[in-house]
Amino acid sequence: MIKVENIKKSFDDIEVLKGIDFIFEPGKTNLIIGRSGAGKTVLLKILVGLFQPTSGNVFYNDVNTDKFSKKEIRKIRMEMGMLFQGNALFDSMTIEENIRFPLDMFTKDTMKEKTIIVDKCLERVSLKGINSKFPSEISGGMQKRVGIARSIVLKPKYLFCDEPNSGLDPKTAITIDELISDITDEYNITTVINTHDMNSVMEIGENICLLHKGKLVWKGNKDEVIDSDNENLTDFIFASPFLQKLKDRALGYKASMKEQNKI
Amino acid sequence: MEKNLLYHLGRYMNWHGQIYSRPENGRMYYKEIIRQLYDIGIGSLSIVLIISIFIGAVTAVQFFYQMDGTTIPPYFIGYIVRDMTIIELAPTFTCLVLAGKVGSNMASEIGGMRQKEHIDAMEIMGVNTAAYLVLPKIIASLLIIPILVSVSAIVSNAGGYMASVPTGLFTSGEYIRGLRAFFIPSHVTMMYVKSVVFAYIMTSVSCYQGYHVTGGSIELGKASTQAVVYSSILILIADYIIAVLLTG
Repeated sequence: MIKVENIKKSFDDIEVLKGIDFIFEPGKTNLIIGRSGAGKTVLLKILVGLFQPTSGNVFYNDVNTDKFSKKEIRKIRMEMGMLFQGNALFDSMTIEENIRFPLDMFTKDTMKEKTIIVDKCLERVSLKGINSKFPSEISGGMQKRVGIARSIVLKPKYLFCDEPNSGLDPKTAITIDELISDITDEYNITTVINTHDMNSVMEIGENICLLHKGKLVWKGNKDEVIDSDNENLTDFIFASPFLQKLKDRALGYKASMKEQNKI
Repeated sequence: MEKNLLYHLGRYMNWHGQIYSRPENGRMYYKEIIRQLYDIGIGSLSIVLIISIFIGAVTAVQFFYQMDGTTIPPYFIGYIVRDMTIIELAPTFTCLVLAGKVGSNMASEIGGMRQKEHIDAMEIMGVNTAAYLVLPKIIASLLIIPILVSVSAIVSNAGGYMASVPTGLFTSGEYIRGLRAFFIPSHVTMMYVKSVVFAYIMTSVSCYQGYHVTGGSIELGKASTQAVVYSSILILIADYIIAVLLTG
């Protein structure tokens, strides 16, 4: 479980996060949603320790990260996997070398053992047999899956994904969402996804927080999204006129059904 | 300006604490050192050879011109070329050229990794990125640059010979006699001291510029340029300090 308590973050005079309190639940896909500039990436980077909050606390299993020693920070980081928006695959390495990198760095496994683990990870993300290719030789969707494979190679307890669907077509985006969701269940990890993709919200949002201008304005799950009358949430979800029309129709239909049932 | 200078100096010193920490996996560092030795050593050999030939050639021709008509014996030119190249020209010229070639490359490589979030990715894996990305480069530079400087010193003396003996400025015997005259072994020590100090300055300053780059491609270009400019200035300042200390 990851808990954030009154997190604030400023860059010079600009306050990006204005006191966020939220619990990212274990074994679930936790979503940070919001419009561009809402502070999602900053919050995610604070969670993984790439940014220090201006004030507030981050707790990993009820232990304040401020109290972690250097050794504990390294240990907790080895329990993290992260999928970056731009994948962050090392261009000069093959796919196999990319996935093997954490194993090379932190394990004393033999090359044969490491190759078996890499193959398993590649198989898990349905990319068997592309070991010798370079990141530039595969598609964006495949690169995302390689990124996921690399982030799970050390069997993490926490998985962080920064906009995993950006730049992908809707079908591939759904595949990636499903993969992340399946891996979360399979490894029983705490997954935190930063997204503004509505398909993701409705498909895999088990625990969602909505940020708006640096403030947490709504929390809930995918089933509560549609029925919510939170203005910020409806503005975010039904941003386009088409979706707004669709919502009005759905609400009209719901109301008429209620009337019929009364009769 | 003053505040900025102190800020960077403080950050540069603090950053060294990160660089010199225990490696996560010695084998990975070893591999990286070998790669850097090849990149810096073999990758820079041709340019070092070319500049060294001309350093020796120009020194010989220039001194012949200066001494022409004086009573100084011609073999002195060999002696001057030898000492000039060993004490000053080989270490300083080589390291200034390497600051332009290798230093800017290091700054761009690390800066590019910062921009593509490779460094963030490694940090999240638990890798000490300052150590993993910088320490092998420093070790490789400290090992290979003194060798390149030695090659440069030898080739410069050969360059002096090639430019003056076949063109008839003086005889082969006179040049070789000069090369062997008044030899002081501590000059070679000075050459190695300079090459080690310059190698350290060039590598650490260039990596510092790349590691702390923020922004986009314009900032990366700036960092790469600053790596060359600051390394070159610091190399020349260090050159003066070493000259004062070792000849005083």
